[in-house]
Amino acid sequence: MSGIHVATTINGDAVEYVCDPRETLLDVLRNRLGLTGAKEGCGTGDCGACSVTLDGRLVCACLVLGAEAQGREVTTVEGLSIDGALHPLQTQFIAHAALQCGICTPGFLVAAKALLDRNPDPNEQEIRYALAGNLCRCTGYDKIVRAVSAAAKDVRKKQR
Amino acid sequence: MRYEAPTTTKEAAGLLAKAKGSAFLLAGGTDLLVRLKSGLVEPDLLVDVKRIPSMQTMTRTSAGFRIGAAVPCAVLGENAALKKAWPGVVEAANLIGSDQIQSRCTIAGNLCNASPAADSVPAMVAAGAKAIVVGPKGRRTVAVEEVVTGPGKTSLKKGEIIEAITLPKPAPKSGDAYLRFIPRTEMDIAVVSAGVNLTLGPKGVIKRARVVLGAVGPTVLLVAAAAKAIVGTRLDDAALEKLASACEAACRPIDDKRGTIEFRTEVAGVLARRAARIAYQRAGGK
Repeated sequence: MSGIHVATTINGDAVEYVCDPRETLLDVLRNRLGLTGAKEGCGTGDCGACSVTLDGRLVCACLVLGAEAQGREVTTVEGLSIDGALHPLQTQFIAHAALQCGICTPGFLVAAKALLDRNPDPNEQEIRYALAGNLCRCTGYDKIVRAVSAAAKDVRKKQR
Repeated sequence: MRYEAPTTTKEAAGLLAKAKGSAFLLAGGTDLLVRLKSGLVEPDLLVDVKRIPSMQTMTRTSAGFRIGAAVPCAVLGENAALKKAWPGVVEAANLIGSDQIQSRCTIAGNLCNASPAADSVPAMVAAGAKAIVVGPKGRRTVAVEEVVTGPGKTSLKKGEIIEAITLPKPAPKSGDAYLRFIPRTEMDIAVVSAGVNLTLGPKGVIKRARVVLGAVGPTVLLVAAAAKAIVGTRLDDAALEKLASACEAACRPIDDKRGTIEFRTEVAGVLARRAARIAYQRAGGK
């Protein structure tokens, strides 16, 4: 089986890899590039633990082939912090204890970031809809929703 | 498995036509990649159509709208003109899965996946949508209701692909709506669904109607008798009753864990009635 050469941008860095045609972007990120933030929960696009953005749109990395990333821009949870400083979402997830086992957390963070990028002041219903593709089996969702709401406030303050 | 990402529709059709063994088109991949992973399909060739400009763009034309086959459903929801013209189609398309799925899934893929429960299909059929098909013998246009022939089966020939879905310009004083029943509030597959598109004449009397049911037969059902039941009326209670009866009579559902035959049949009438009311209001009727 012949490998496919892919040149793409991940978290702002130019990256090249060779992958199998059947290999998902999630497997490429985790197994070839060492970016283990995105997790495999279900592998069928139901749980959102592998959420990343592809050209700015939120996707499940398990439902994207590695070959499809050619020339695109991928952002993973590893790309959320800036110069080692945590993103307000990450800070507020810690402050609100919005996680227990942590498997779903990277997906929630990336999905929440995608929400705040297009809607800096979401209400609770909008947050819940935007995170409906992410499943958490530990905390329930209240702490997560509150953390996102608080982070949205922080982001708005920063931008002012 | 070979992966190809051609840049023209012709090239994509050519790859499919020449393919030995099993070949699949990859649009959003939200159905195909799941089946690929579970081993339900073992393609020898995968043709990714997301590098084809004519399949990636949505345009407003003098005739209506042309939605490229690789345009994700999220883009439909972000287009104010399309939402205003065909709110029912956009609502149906946006019901498919989470934001993550919306970024990838397409209405052409929803159609070609050929599930009887596909959300966007009843709304598209009600709207009179057409599929632009490109194949070895050139280009043809086919009504959306003629594409699916049964669960997982389409009328597309080897080497034929859908390049775009077109929606007509809505007639004056018309409106459409789509509703589905699921046991949860979101993120599920339709147990029953109904799409309705109405055009009104003078005094709010219905001039033309298209009533379509999903998940109650091997394909979506365009129910002519249901349309006939409300044409010439102002959607009064008697007309709505006749509409519901006609829908119930047309149902040929399966019995499964998600809904019994009796349940699906009754709900089909209820949803058609409710969708007709919404479409009537959107058309400007009172």
